[in-house]
Formats: sequence, C-alpha cells, structure tokens
Amino acid sequence: MAAIIEMKGVIKRFGTFVALDGVDLTVEEGEIVVVIGPSGSGKSTLIRCVNQLEEHSEGSIVVDGHAVARGADLGAIRAEIGMVFQSFNLFPHMSVLRNVALAPVRVRGLSWPEAEARAQRLLARVGLESQAGKYPAQLSGGQQQRVGIARALAMEPKVLLFDEPTSALDPEMVGEVLDVMQELAKTGVTMVVVTHEMGFARKVADRVVFMDAGRIVEQGAPAALFDAPSDSRLRNFLNAVLTH
Amino acid sequence: MSVFDTFLNWKVFVQTLPLLLSGLSITISLGLAAILLGFAGGMALALLRLYAPAPVRLIAIAYIDVFRAIPLLVLLVVVYYALPFVGLRFTPFTSATLALSMVSAAYSAEILRAGIEGVPKGQFEAARALGLSPLRRMTDVILPQAIKLVIPPMTSNAINVLKDTALASVVAMPDLLKQATQAQALAANPTPLISAALIYLILLLPLVRLVGIFERRMAARGR
Repeated sequence: MAAIIEMKGVIKRFGTFVALDGVDLTVEEGEIVVVIGPSGSGKSTLIRCVNQLEEHSEGSIVVDGHAVARGADLGAIRAEIGMVFQSFNLFPHMSVLRNVALAPVRVRGLSWPEAEARAQRLLARVGLESQAGKYPAQLSGGQQQRVGIARALAMEPKVLLFDEPTSALDPEMVGEVLDVMQELAKTGVTMVVVTHEMGFARKVADRVVFMDAGRIVEQGAPAALFDAPSDSRLRNFLNAVLTH
Repeated sequence: MSVFDTFLNWKVFVQTLPLLLSGLSITISLGLAAILLGFAGGMALALLRLYAPAPVRLIAIAYIDVFRAIPLLVLLVVVYYALPFVGLRFTPFTSATLALSMVSAAYSAEILRAGIEGVPKGQFEAARALGLSPLRRMTDVILPQAIKLVIPPMTSNAINVLKDTALASVVAMPDLLKQATQAQALAANPTPLISAALIYLILLLPLVRLVGIFERRMAARGR
C-alpha cells in the first residue's frame, strides 16, 4: 500500500496559540482513519492543513507524492482532496445538480452534460436523485450534507476529508449521513474523518487517532483503542463521551 | 398674471418640451454610461483592494479615498477646464462621463468590498477545497452572492449618479437642467425649470421606492 497523506512534524500556530504541536501522521491508500479528541485538540486544524485551508507553520505535508506548501500548485492538489464541511457550505445560488457538477466542469474540464450526468449518478448514490433541481435552502440539513458528500465525490478525489460532518445536524438526521459515509467506506476510498460519533469510529474505522492539545496521543485499531485505552487522557475522554 | 401663468404656463411647456426631452435623453445616457463604467471600475478596485499585493492594494485604497473625498463639481471643473492646459481636451460628454464614473467607481468599490466580505467564510473555503482557480472562485461562487447582497446600496449609488448628472450643466453639457435653464431664458418664464424638476422626480422616485422594496425584502430574508 502507498501512503496518500504523509505529515511529518507538522506545527500550526495561530499567533501564540499552538494548534498543532508536531504531528506525524501517515494515511495509506484505502484506509479509513477517524480522528477523535476533545474540542480544541487540533483535529479540524489537522485536516484543514492537508488541503491548506490552513497553512501549516512548520513541518512537511505530502499528498499523493506532492509537497503541500506555499507556492505549490494548490488547485491541482486540492482537486485530489475532497472535503465535507461541518456547515455543508453548499453554494446557495445554484441548484443541487449544479453544486455537484460545477467543479468537474471548471477544474476537470468536463462538459456540462457529462458533469451533470455524473452529478445525477452521485445524487442517486446518496439517495437524492429526485432533489437535483432544488436549491440547498429547500433541503433538510441531512440532505444538504449528503449533497456535500456528492459534491466532494464528483471530483473523484484520491482522499476524502470529513470535518465533523454530523455536528451541525439535528439528531434525527445524523444517521442518514453516517449511513452514506459507511457505504462509501466499503468502496475502498481513502477517508479521514474528524467526528464525535464514537459508534461510527468503532464500526467503520481501520484506525482511530486520538488527539489532545495539538498532538496525537494514541492511535490504533478501534477495538484496541476503545476497549483498552492506555493513555489516561484518552480514558478520561472516552469516559466523558461514552457515558452520556 | 396668475401663479399658473407664471410657473405652469401650458404654452411655454408645450413649446419647450422637445428641448427638455432632448436634455433628458442626454441625462439618461450620461447617467447610464457613468453607472456602468463606475460599476466596472468599482469591481476592479474592490478586487484589487482585497486581493492585490500590498503596493497595488495601497494604490487602490488611495484612489478610493481621494475620489470619495473630492467634490464632484470640483472634479468636473478640473477635468473640463484644467486638463486642456496639459493637452487633455475632452468633449463635455466625455468630461462629465469621466468625472462621474471616477467618483462612482470609488463608491461602488466600497459597496462591492462590503458585499464580498459579507459572503460567509465557508463559501470561500468550499470553493478553494474543490480546487477552483481564484478567478472561478470569484465568478462562480463569491460574486453572484456578493452582488445579490449589494443590490440595495448599488441602486442607491445609481440614484446618486443620476442626480449628479445635473452638475454636468456647468461644463456646457446640454443635459436636462442646462436645457431647462436655456429654455427659461428664451421663454422668459420659469415653467421649463418646474417641468425639469418634475421630470427628475418621475425618473428618480420609482428608483428610490425600489431601494425601499429591496431593503425590506433583504430584511425579510434575514440577511
């Protein structure tokens, strides 16, 4: 297996605050990595550095063989990295179909009919084939997030990043999004998921990464990590999230 | 002589109306040219002010500040009466279009900047994450939303530009006001001035109302 993402000694500072404090993380092709940890532990910053929505301060990040840094062709690198956001970030002035078809046309050079056919196929895959003509504001949160997933998939990226994809959803809509993600995981696509959904982590992850205070504290197979946590911070965190 | 004979003399009105209408068409052409050029210039200035490297950004800021500070009448007089001394001679229409556009561009730039800054951060991030080029991010994602946000202030600005076209009468521009003052002198009666005032109102009142409607609609949508 080849590494899709290789982070070495990554440090991210916001002013004097250190959000990432020397992170080493390698994600293999086809791997499902779930990142957990308390708020402010640097989970989101970690994946936002992968596609440079945040520029890291030190260290190296290589995605699919390309160094990710200031001056790199970020457009080309980002095209290979799909991202799903906590707040969906669909384009409100475009139909659902166009939201999904836009980047394949503008970045990959597909024709509109080709891209729309692809978009329609992906919308069917996330169970929204009948909603293609609607605008994002006409959909529920869960539906919007499924469109967000279809939009990321439309670029046929090498890796998908999920930044707390269910945290902004009403509880009854969390399941439909997690179901889509779980189906996706079976197709062999590489995924890095930041989430508070421990059930999803346990069921779907190949590897769970626990972060605290900007560092990776512990990582391993979900069973090992959840059932026999060795670090006291991880034990406290799991106690706090699993007993509520 | 009654008040009507003096201020709303029908005969004078009918006689001078063709003159006033030719002035009106110049007022509208001048206004439209300045609004469109001002919008294009304002867009360029707003983007430079937000995204250009520091030296260019400072030039854009300086331009915007200077042209928001200078009185339009002064600028108009400088363009028409002073620039010929350095060999730059413009027709009254060109001078007026130039002066109005340069000022409108400065105001439009500030309005558009506020609109671009009013688009949620997540929209910029989603556009970047998809790998869209900086130009595509703007044209496909950010500007359509930003322009929608600034329709009310942009309409207000267009009203100001249309009103300010009247200042062009000082550079011998045969616009509505100039034609009215000439007609008044010819007819030795102020009816053309009253008529001109009414024509300005007919032109601008609906636009003023439109801004109110836009603003209410925006407020109802909650943003």
